Amino acid sequence: MNPQASAQNGKAASTPAPAWKRVLSLDNPYVVPAFITCILLVGHLSFGILESYPKTLLAIVVAIATELVLARIFVHKWPHPASAYITGISVGILLRTPAFWPYALCSAISITSKYVLRVNGRHLWNPSNFGISAMLFLAGDTVGSLSIQWGNYLWPMLVIWMLGALIIWRLHRFHITATYVISFVAFALMRSWITGHPWQSEIAPITGPMYQLFIFFMITDPKTTVRSKMGQCFVAFAVAVLEMVLRMNEVVYAPYYALFVVGPTALLIEMWVNARRAKAGKVAAA
Amino acid sequence: MTRPGLAKAALVGFFIALLTVPFAVKKLSTPQLAAATEEADGGALRRYGFRFENVTRAAGVDFVHRAPTLDPKLAPIMPEVASMGAAVSIVDFDRDGWPDIYVTNSAEGSRNSLYRNLHDGTFKDVAGELGIADVNQPGTGVSMGAVWGDYDNDGYEDMLLLKWGRPELFHNDQGRGFTRVSEQANLPAWLNANTAVWFDYDGDGRLDLFIGGYFAETLDLWHLDTTRIMPDSFEYATNGGRKYLFHNLGGGRFEEVSAQLGIESRRWALAAGAADLRGTGRQDLFVANDYGISELYLNDGKRFREAGKETGVGFAPKSGMNVAFGDILNEGRYAIYVSNISEDGILIQGNNLWMPKDKVPGGALQYENLARDFGVELGGWSFGAQFGDFNNDGALDLYLTNGYISLDRTRSYWYDFSKVAGGNSTIIGDARNWPAFDGRSLAGYQTKRVWLNDGAGKFVDVAQQVGVTDTYDGRAVALADLWNRGVLDVVTANQNGPLLIYRNIASGDNAWIEFELEGVASNRSAIGAQVTLYWNGQRQMQDVAGGIGFSAQNDRRLHYGLGRKSEIEKAVIRWPSGKVQTLDKPRAGELHKVREPQ
Repeated sequence: MNPQASAQNGKAASTPAPAWKRVLSLDNPYVVPAFITCILLVGHLSFGILESYPKTLLAIVVAIATELVLARIFVHKWPHPASAYITGISVGILLRTPAFWPYALCSAISITSKYVLRVNGRHLWNPSNFGISAMLFLAGDTVGSLSIQWGNYLWPMLVIWMLGALIIWRLHRFHITATYVISFVAFALMRSWITGHPWQSEIAPITGPMYQLFIFFMITDPKTTVRSKMGQCFVAFAVAVLEMVLRMNEVVYAPYYALFVVGPTALLIEMWVNARRAKAGKVAAA
Repeated sequence: MTRPGLAKAALVGFFIALLTVPFAVKKLSTPQLAAATEEADGGALRRYGFRFENVTRAAGVDFVHRAPTLDPKLAPIMPEVASMGAAVSIVDFDRDGWPDIYVTNSAEGSRNSLYRNLHDGTFKDVAGELGIADVNQPGTGVSMGAVWGDYDNDGYEDMLLLKWGRPELFHNDQGRGFTRVSEQANLPAWLNANTAVWFDYDGDGRLDLFIGGYFAETLDLWHLDTTRIMPDSFEYATNGGRKYLFHNLGGGRFEEVSAQLGIESRRWALAAGAADLRGTGRQDLFVANDYGISELYLNDGKRFREAGKETGVGFAPKSGMNVAFGDILNEGRYAIYVSNISEDGILIQGNNLWMPKDKVPGGALQYENLARDFGVELGGWSFGAQFGDFNNDGALDLYLTNGYISLDRTRSYWYDFSKVAGGNSTIIGDARNWPAFDGRSLAGYQTKRVWLNDGAGKFVDVAQQVGVTDTYDGRAVALADLWNRGVLDVVTANQNGPLLIYRNIASGDNAWIEFELEGVASNRSAIGAQVTLYWNGQRQMQDVAGGIGFSAQNDRRLHYGLGRKSEIEKAVIRWPSGKVQTLDKPRAGELHKVREPQ
C-alpha cells in the first residue's frame, strides 16, 4: 500500500480527531510500514521467520535505492521512502531462497515496474506482487514464496489479523479485505465440495502468514486498485474467482497470479470506462 | 529522440535486463552441467577416476523394503506417514575383517537381513539363523534403523534396533548369534524414533547411547485414539518424540540421563551425529530436526548445552533429514551437511553445508551455510548423505540420496501438500484434514547426487556419469570398502524399494590408506577416536562414528584417498580416552589395524 497516495481516499474531518485516530490515518505515511515491521518483528522474535537479516536488509535497501534513483530521474523529486520500504520488506518476508541475489533482483524489478508499466500516469501492478510473481515464474528453480516458514500457532495469527483489520479499517480499505476473505472462504468450501478434500485443507492457506501479507498489503494497495468502493469489492471478488480457477488447476501460488492478472485488468477497464465517460461528457457539453 | 524519450528507453531496457537476470544466472551455472554430460558415453573412469556399478544382484542380495501399514485412520495419507524405515548399517559383526551389511524392513511381520560378507563378492543373509531377522512382529512395532557399538567392550559389535515400537538391544555373542537384552539395558517399552548414535559422551570407556524421537512416544501408530498426530507446525513443531540419553553403567545396564544433562527437546528428530567439533576431546551432538531448526548440543563431558542459535545452525527452520561430518577442505575442521527439501517452483529450502567460520572473536564456534557456494545445495527431497573420497584424490566427495514418494508419475501431491502445510496448526496437526494421497507422487522418481569435490570448495554432480542412475525413494546411505580393495563402495536403502550395492570401480591411479582402531582404555569400538592424516602438505581429519547420516552407519574403518605420488608424513590418533598416538609415515595402500596404547 502506498501511504502517500492513500490520503486521497480519506475523509476530511470537520473536528480534530483523537490522537489514536490521527496516528492510524491515511495521512500518516508511517502507519503501514510500522505495521508490516511489527509483523516482521513479531514473526521473527517469536519464530525466527527470517532466514537471515542480511537478505531482508538487502531487499529493503535495494528497493529504497531503486526508488530514490528512478524517482529522481523520472519524477525529478526525492520520494518518501515508505512505499519502497513496504515493497522491500514484503519481498524480504515473502520471497524464500537460500541465495542473496533474488532478494535484490526482486526488489529492483518490483520498484522498476512502477515506473515502466504505467498507463495514464498510473502504475498497473502492485510492485511486490509483480516482483514476486515475476521471480516465481522466471526463477522457479531458485526461489519459492513464504508458505510454511512461519509459526503456525493461533495467537500470533489472531494478533496480526486483529491489528491488521483495525488498521485496514482505519485506512478505509477493510471492505476489500473482507470481500476477499469471504469470497475465499466460500470458494474454499466449493472446492471442498467439488474435490472431496476436507474443507479444512481448502481453508488452510488463508490461515497462513502469506495470506496475511497478501490481504492486508497487496490487494488493498490504493495505487493499484480501482477508485469506487463497489469496484474495489468486485475486483477483490474477481481475484478470488480467478484464484479458485487456478487452485482447481493446482497452481501453488494462485493468489499472486490471480492478483497479477485481475488487478491491472481492472485498472485498465476503469481507465477505459472513465475515458468513455469523459468523452461522452464532452460531447454532451458540446 | 528527445532526452526524456532516451531516458524512458533506457528505463525500459533496464527493466528488460532485470527480467533476464534469472536466465543469465541459469546460463552461467550451465557450463558445469555441460562438462558433466559429456561423459555420458562411459568416460567416467578416465575423467573422474572412478565409476559405480550396481552389483546388487550379482552379490546375491535381493532385499526389498516394505513400508508399514499403520492405523486405518491414517489410510488417506498413509504413503506420507509411513514414509520411512529403510535403513542400512555396516558392521563386521563376526570380526573376520570383511564388512557385513544389516538392513531393516518395516512392514508388519517382515524380516530384517544381515548380509554376511562371503569374501568373494557375494553376501549371504544370516539374520534369521542369528536371531535378528524376525523383529517386526505385529504388536512390537517395526524397524526404523540400527546402529552398532560394542557397549560391553567384549570385542564384538552389539546392535541397537530402532523402531516405531519397542526398541531392542541385541548382544553380539561373539559373532555366532545375538541375545536380546533390552530389558536389562533399561530401554523404554515404546518409542517412535528414527535416529540413534552410540558415543562415549563422558569418556569413561563405555559407549553411551542417544536416541532421538520423531512421533511422540505415547503414540502407538497402529492403535490410535486420535488423528491429531501430525506436527503442530511445519517449521516450529515441538510436539514430536522426546530425546533419550542412556548412560552406560556397565554390566549391560543403562541409565536415562537426558534431562539432567541438558538434553530436553520435543522437536521431530530425524538424524543425529556425534563428533568433536571444538577440539575438546569430547564428542558434541548435532541433531537435525524435521519441521524445525537443528540443535547442537555442546558437550563438556558432564553436561550438554544447546547452542544451535549461538553457533548459527539453529536459526532457520527447515526439514532436517541428515547429519554428516566432513573435513572437506582438508584443514582439520568439520563441515556439517544437513539435508532438506527443494522442489523447483514450490519450495526451495536448500540443503545446508555448515562451514565453521574463521576468526570469530573469542574463538567461539560459529557456522555459516555455504551449500550454495560449494554447489551442494539442491538435491530434491533429500534424505541420507555421506562424505567419502570415491576417487581417492584426497578430497571428500558427497553422496546424496533422495526422493520421497514415487507412485503415479503423472499426478503430484505437491499442490495439496503446500496447501495444507501453510495452514494453522489446528488444521495441519490433524491427519483427517489432509487430502487423500490417492496414488499420487510427492517428489518421486528423483535422481541422486554424487558430488565430486575439487578440493577447493566446488562440488560437481556426476551421479549420472558414474553410473548412479536409480530413482528409487532413497533413504539411507552407508559407505564401506566392502571387498577390502582400497575404495569406498556405497550401499543405499530405499523405501519400498531394493537395497542397492554400488561397487566402486576405480582407475587405480590414486593411493589410499585405511585405519581400523580398537580402543583399550577407550571404548573398544573406538567410536569418537579422531584420526588426522598428514600428507603432501595437507591434512584430513575423520572421526569413528557410531551412527551417521540418515538411518545409517558407515564402516568403522576410516578410509583416506591420497591422490597421486603421495608421501604420508604421519597419522595422529586422538583416542576418546585422551591419549594421543602418532604413527610416523604409515604406508599407503594398506589397512592399518591400530590398538590403543596402554
